Amino acid sequence: MTAQPMVKAEGVHKSYGAAHILRGIDLEVAPREVFCLVGPSGSGKSTFLRCINHLERINAGRLSVDGQLVGYKQKGDKLYELKDSEVAAQRRDIGMVFQRFNLFPHMTAIENVMEAPVMVKGESKAVARERAIKLLDRVGLGDKGGNYPTQLSGGQQQRVAIARALAMEPKLMLFDEPTSALDPELVGDVLDVMRDLAESGMTMIVVTHEMGFAREVGDNLVFMDGGVVVESGHPREVLGNPQHDRTKAFLSKVL
Amino acid sequence: MTDKIDKGSAATPPAGPGASGATPYEAIKAIPVRHYGRWISAVVVAVLLGWLVYAFSQGKIIWATVGDKLFDPSVLSGLGNTVIISVSSMALGLVLGILFAVMRLSKNPVTSFVSWLYIWFFRGTPVYVQLLVWFNLSLIFQYINLGPIYKNETVDVLTPFMVALLGLGLNEGAYMAEIVRSGIQSVDEGQSEASHALGMTGMQTMRRVVLPQAMRVIIPPTGNEFINMLKTSSLVSAVQYPELLRASSNIGTTAGAIMEMLFVASIWYLTLTSIFSVGQYYLERRYARGSLRTLPPTPFERLKANLNMFRRTEVAK
Repeated sequence: MTAQPMVKAEGVHKSYGAAHILRGIDLEVAPREVFCLVGPSGSGKSTFLRCINHLERINAGRLSVDGQLVGYKQKGDKLYELKDSEVAAQRRDIGMVFQRFNLFPHMTAIENVMEAPVMVKGESKAVARERAIKLLDRVGLGDKGGNYPTQLSGGQQQRVAIARALAMEPKLMLFDEPTSALDPELVGDVLDVMRDLAESGMTMIVVTHEMGFAREVGDNLVFMDGGVVVESGHPREVLGNPQHDRTKAFLSKVL
Repeated sequence: MTDKIDKGSAATPPAGPGASGATPYEAIKAIPVRHYGRWISAVVVAVLLGWLVYAFSQGKIIWATVGDKLFDPSVLSGLGNTVIISVSSMALGLVLGILFAVMRLSKNPVTSFVSWLYIWFFRGTPVYVQLLVWFNLSLIFQYINLGPIYKNETVDVLTPFMVALLGLGLNEGAYMAEIVRSGIQSVDEGQSEASHALGMTGMQTMRRVVLPQAMRVIIPPTGNEFINMLKTSSLVSAVQYPELLRASSNIGTTAGAIMEMLFVASIWYLTLTSIFSVGQYYLERRYARGSLRTLPPTPFERLKANLNMFRRTEVAK
């Protein structure tokens, strides 16, 4: 893999006041890779994910997506903060799926999917609608376009949320515990959509507790604890033969 | 009133299973609780109301005058003016309210302070005082001078309508700013995060995602504010604006029918507030889309349902 990494983190630190959440994260995510982040709650994996599209501002280190620094630009040896509109432009290419779905409740499913292409890319409604119909079809909800989010199950809402993110044709997708808020019998449908997406070659970073999914679909897995990367490698290796005690302790609880 | 609601909800359960009707069963037959207190209080209220009506009918009031003057041209023009000044002041207040609410929540300390100052002043002084200040503004600024673009004497610009509009509108804006701010803050943070993650800017997020959802919280108190405005607009009679109260009491003083004309004004105020209350109901229903699985029934649908309910209970008897 000589290609430029999709995401590159070097010594990333993040703290909220006195709480030091990320304590120096170094990692690389290659294009077309499914990269899984696992670890106990409070380990900083969600925070790190949110730093990648600048929902959180990092305090130290360098974080870049597709060769571009996130939230800053470098001129000479000086860093300049990006303006709101420039940050927004960076986020266009990065899709995000949230644990709590965060669909817009005042819009129907299809309007949710159409919103960003129309508002951000200035696409015509007809074009956006056509793509939205295809995307909803792809996540198995072709007949639910006219429903409001409250009229959909959690699993259906999350699949609409994935379609909404895909509508911007991102080069990178971030998943923040996408199945943690779902009833167990609805998890499968969402994972199927994600598996399908991985097969299509999308670069994905997935924070998850679904070890089965990580083992089967993941190309790389990082175990985080206490704001640092404890162990990383191929999911089958890390999950099947963990080297560190902390990893062993965690896996013995979740597997 | 509560009596009616209680009866209504008590009568609904038997209607429910009847409607689903898939599995037949024998409904419980029990003697309902007797509400003697309700009967006694109803009698007391009826007696008091009757006494009040009697007192007014025996007072020195010529009721025919109320009827005669209800549609008097100058009363009707006053009514029109009340509606015009209330609607335009409310519109101004709403625009200012949204503007100052967004400014108040801005990260920019200057705009946030300006908004704070505006709200502090216009909410902190009586609207009556503000009206009088606008009315006498020419004592401070003799001319309104915008350099080469515009210059005029303040007295000419500040007509009674302008004084009323500025007085009521700017005051209303301060209250609306607080209402809109609480509405914006009630929207889940995940909503703006999702919007930002899609690449939408702060302004787009506010306009397309946050404000539409804030409307649900904003509308009920705004309806209250508007109904208040319809009544507060009676204050602008003090600055020579010929609204409903001024028009009515002018007739009242000249015709020696003060109480009669106050009744005329009250009837019209009640009519206006009733009409706008119905309008508010439909507006709330419109913005409930997406937050409720099924929309609440319109008053008309509810009336129909109630009538059906009576019919059903009669059949049951």
